Amino acid sequence: MSNEINFVIDGVEVTGKPGQTILEACDEAGIYIPRLCRHPELTPRGSCRLCTVLVNGRPQAACTQPITEGMIVESETEELNENRRNIIDMLFVEGNHFCMFCERSGNCELQALGYRFGILAPKYDYFYPKREIDATHPDIFIDRNRCILCGRCVEASRTVDGKGVFEFVGRGPERKIAINAEQFLKDTNLKITDKAADVCPVGAIIKKRTAFTTPIGKRKYDKKPIGSDIEEKRKKD
Amino acid sequence: MAKPKIATAALTSCFGCHMSVLDIDERILELIEIIDFDKSPINDIKKFTGQCAIGLIEGGCGNEENVHVLQEFRKHCDILIALGDCAIMGDIPAMRNNIPLKECLDEAYLNGPSVHNPEKIIPNDKEIPLCLDRVYPCSEIVKIDYSLPGCPPNAEIIWQALVAILNNKPLDLPYEIIKYD
Ligand code: SF4
Ligand code: SF4
Repeated sequence: MSNEINFVIDGVEVTGKPGQTILEACDEAGIYIPRLCRHPELTPRGSCRLCTVLVNGRPQAACTQPITEGMIVESETEELNENRRNIIDMLFVEGNHFCMFCERSGNCELQALGYRFGILAPKYDYFYPKREIDATHPDIFIDRNRCILCGRCVEASRTVDGKGVFEFVGRGPERKIAINAEQFLKDTNLKITDKAADVCPVGAIIKKRTAFTTPIGKRKYDKKPIGSDIEEKRKKD
Repeated sequence: MAKPKIATAALTSCFGCHMSVLDIDERILELIEIIDFDKSPINDIKKFTGQCAIGLIEGGCGNEENVHVLQEFRKHCDILIALGDCAIMGDIPAMRNNIPLKECLDEAYLNGPSVHNPEKIIPNDKEIPLCLDRVYPCSEIVKIDYSLPGCPPNAEIIWQALVAILNNKPLDLPYEIIKYD
């Protein structure tokens, strides 16, 4: 078997390795495909659908779809970007995102995608759902107002930490992150050193006493759009 | 030709967005070369003197007077801009949106730790605008033409947007000035 797989994305020829997904091969080649639930150290879930691309004309999640020889991938199309924008808009209105006092602001992947897409305001009406906060743990709190149900904490706790502190419960609009304890986060064996405390893309799981340490202007996405670290690889070559 | 007019209003908000308008610093002199301020807390003009090109709305609608003012602005302004996160999504005042109004009033006037109200009166004078059941983003009350996010929006986004709109240019805002905080 050959060690190279060649495919084309948006007219650019990319060479990847067998077993890579479209997203992984493109990341290496310096082509950014927007994504949200994907975390490089966790198994891809393909749940947020932001990375949807057309593979030979059919929609597929780039984070789970393996590359094959000769495939034609489209990503930066007007329609796909419109869909991505709509997903971001929906995530904002379905939760309660008060960025002005959020500990993750400036370093948040959802907010950064809003910026990258130049969103000035979501096009849908806000839901203002009632969501729960649990700040009982001495080192970590969970604020479900900001949770986008990406599943990173569930996956990290289960497979990396071997604990299963977080789990999904409910369906549809009732779906939420539950805590594997009689009642509170403090009653779990969650530790500040756990991977699960480290992977939330938004401000839903926050380590206490770590917020607002970086001045405005120096935060991760203040000056450079999300994905520009990947895109810079290509410019250098 | 007469200069186009800009009117501004602060609804349920903290006045920070208006402060941010003043943050354009000496460019305010350039601005008044090309526009006149109409009804606005900046000049304390209380009534519209005519049709305005642009209305800048700070704050969402938390009471009936806010709704009335917003509707007046829609009538008198060709272009209406939701200025800042309160106008766009209610912001801090909208934190009451998933708590019943009665609970909010009880907490504010009866049960709050610093409340002294021996007669247990919840203000209900007809001179006081009636509180709405929740805080409404401006776009749920009237058509909004542009939104400028931020809490408050920085002076740069206000300046660049006004210049573009007054010159009939599309809003082509640089990455670093779009902020939600
Ligand atoms: S989680 Fe992100 S988008 Fe949500 S309030 Fe915090 S910074 Fe804003
Ligand atoms: S708490 Fe964070 S990591 Fe967990 S599902 Fe919600 S957004 Fe994802």
